[in-house]
Amino acid sequence: MRGAKSAKWVAGAIVVALAATACGGSSDSGSDAKGEADPNGIFSIELGEPEKLLHTGDTMESNGSAVMAGLFSTLVDYKADGSLEMINAESVETTDSKTWTVKLKKGWTFHDGTPVTAKSYVDAWNWNANINNAQGLSSWFADIKGFDALHPEKEGAKPTAEAMEGLKVVDDSTFTIDLKSAVPAFGHKLAYIVFAPLPASFYKDAKAAGEKPVGNGPYKFDSWDHKKQIKIVRYDDYKGPNKAKNGGVLFKNYTTLEAAYEDLKSGNVDVLRQIGPKDLPVYRADLGDRAVDQAYSAIQTLAIAFYADQWKKPKQVDPKVIQGLSMAIDRATITKTVLQGTREPATGWVAKGVVGYQENAAGDVTKFDPAKAKELIKAGGGVPKNEIFIQFNADGGHKEWVDAVCNSITQATAVKCTGDSKPDFQADLTARKSQQVKSIYRSGWVLDYPVNSNFVSDLFRTGAAGNQGGFSNKALDAKIAAADGAATLDESVKQFQAIEKDLVNYMPSIPLWYYKVNAGYSEKVSGVQYGQDGDPILTGVEVKK
Amino acid sequence: MGRYVARRLLQMIPVFLGTTFLIFFMVYSLPGDPVAGLFGDKGVDPATLAAKRHELGLDLPIWEQYWNYMTNIVLHFDFGNQIRNGRPVTEVLGDAFPITLQLAALAFAFELIFGIGLGVIAGLRAGRLADNAILIFTLLIISIPVFVLGFIIKMVFAFELGWMAPNVSNEQKWSELIAPAIVLGGLSLAYVARLTRTSMAENLRADYMRTAVAKGLPRRRIIGVHLMRNSMIPVVTFLGTDIGALMGGAVVTEGIFNVKGIGGVIYESISRREGTTLVGLVTVLVLVYLATSLLIDLLYAVLDPRIRYA
Repeated sequence: MRGAKSAKWVAGAIVVALAATACGGSSDSGSDAKGEADPNGIFSIELGEPEKLLHTGDTMESNGSAVMAGLFSTLVDYKADGSLEMINAESVETTDSKTWTVKLKKGWTFHDGTPVTAKSYVDAWNWNANINNAQGLSSWFADIKGFDALHPEKEGAKPTAEAMEGLKVVDDSTFTIDLKSAVPAFGHKLAYIVFAPLPASFYKDAKAAGEKPVGNGPYKFDSWDHKKQIKIVRYDDYKGPNKAKNGGVLFKNYTTLEAAYEDLKSGNVDVLRQIGPKDLPVYRADLGDRAVDQAYSAIQTLAIAFYADQWKKPKQVDPKVIQGLSMAIDRATITKTVLQGTREPATGWVAKGVVGYQENAAGDVTKFDPAKAKELIKAGGGVPKNEIFIQFNADGGHKEWVDAVCNSITQATAVKCTGDSKPDFQADLTARKSQQVKSIYRSGWVLDYPVNSNFVSDLFRTGAAGNQGGFSNKALDAKIAAADGAATLDESVKQFQAIEKDLVNYMPSIPLWYYKVNAGYSEKVSGVQYGQDGDPILTGVEVKK
Repeated sequence: MGRYVARRLLQMIPVFLGTTFLIFFMVYSLPGDPVAGLFGDKGVDPATLAAKRHELGLDLPIWEQYWNYMTNIVLHFDFGNQIRNGRPVTEVLGDAFPITLQLAALAFAFELIFGIGLGVIAGLRAGRLADNAILIFTLLIISIPVFVLGFIIKMVFAFELGWMAPNVSNEQKWSELIAPAIVLGGLSLAYVARLTRTSMAENLRADYMRTAVAKGLPRRRIIGVHLMRNSMIPVVTFLGTDIGALMGGAVVTEGIFNVKGIGGVIYESISRREGTTLVGLVTVLVLVYLATSLLIDLLYAVLDPRIRYA
């Protein structure tokens, strides 16, 4: 899957949020006892200014995603256990994972009153996939037959078709999707915002529609005061299972996380998505049971730049060396001290909360063992030049843990380790793109859809966009291709589980830790839950009278 | 006088072109690709990148980009669009400038009134207790970093005493801006006070002062007209350049107090390589500097009759 969301602007598959409302279960009913809920109450939430126009095909960072999650509903959504839930779709069926038939629920309307039909979906997907519209998420449609005609690979090429051949409208509420080959996880991908429908009015002026989106979700757009706030209000004619339990959401923009936290304490904002580093040591004491500390599906790794001379010349590096480096990192201590308990040591390459997650997939490699680490590095022929560099972007708050990891490695193995700081994320990316990373770079991944293939195929397949370290292994590629093309999801998940266990023998990256949501909310609201992507679930929040 | 102003205005043109070009060139030669940055860790296919770049005109050589940019500014007052969200830069600046202007005006009023006030007291009582007290006070302000002062004010007045909200809300009421304005104006206040004091203390011994006293003029007139007017020249010079600094240099203060003004826009545009926004912003700031420096030069003649412009 090319072109998705970056872990720096921690973003996420929107619909996770919506799904989790339905299965929120016991925890939100318990907290309601204290105060009566006001069904029309509006609550506020801290949010940065969305980076781009609110287009379904271009919203990949978390600020825009959070708003879009309220405005649009997609065909399906997934529950916390990874199983699918129908939202706008009556059913999504396939027998071979290649041809999919979608039936829509009847009676759904967009916020402007026009009905949601099969055409609303097909047209929206064709528009998003068209290279002329340069939508950042367009490659999500690459599975569909005829995508290449609409989105040629070559720079500057013009599209040769108006629509994707694989999409066919059968009647008002039915359409079919033909894929190039079997994609067992395609049903799960459909939960992503890029697959949302668009009303006819969108195509008249796409730019205006990006400023004032008309969706089909539980909330309708109210106003956007740039850099200050965005307001969405409940859509009363919403037919989906995830109706809003509140009257609306006010997304407030803050200059810093610290400012937002101060406002939370003084009651000026209700829900935070993140606590700043300065307040992390005190927030549990400050907020009591309103402090949130929960895992979500994202992982931080140290990716190896395999193209670098260090690993390539005179001979390809032995994975044992990388295993040794991995074992020289004291994850438990670093997450507890330097990262103040905001991360959890990783034991594999697939994040928690994803279908196919397996504990301890990496085996001993993620355990801290200096003696073994030294042994492995020696057995693998040693680290070339006995020195490594870890590249990171200085604007992302990574310096502290990079230093700690380096210290840990140097103390355990006497390999010299230096942080290679790039001034900001853009410069970091440029170095990665132009293959100038000296030896190792920090990398992160947040789920696109909750299936383990997203953490394996999209990162370690030769040529995958997420594979920026140039890792390539023919045997592994063949296994990934087989797993990607499996007939059923279960089978695909099982195959990917085997591949994940196998990754230890190649060490394409060093898993460090899983991300956690460290956030909090005010006394005015209850039922605040965070989805697998780490964003709060808007519809489930109840405002006290 | 008229010829002098005309000459100064003409001089502004090369300064304006030079500064904008420098900034434009500097921003565009920073490492890091603004378009690739849109897609983050997970990357995007080259076709989409190229399409986006073409749409934004970023595939042209830098000379041509600069030419297009400048002609649009000069002919249509169009500063271009932002790379990320396609918003016109004029709109972005139009949102941010009024708030910063408000903040800067408050801060300026604060440093003007208190700075000159303290300076006058210290200057007239040079060497005495009041002078020393003010000296110590200004030393204290100069040596405390802005963010420390900001946090102390927040800590004491917002959290301990509860007199104010810790942050400026989205409505930006004048009352909410007082605290950030004090922090922002604090440093300059100290300089203004010290400049005023020195200048007054010095001029007290000037010949024309002795003459004024000898003529038997009332003390109010001696100090108010004869002493003050002449002593204000270095102070006005400082205040003038400070207007520009207040407008542009509020990054830290605006961040601490959650003010959505120019400071945040500058920071964001640099980190996101939003060249057009940054150049537009600097262009406006350059204009502010040029206008105030002209104004100050003209004020010299008003303050000191010995200064004449031909």
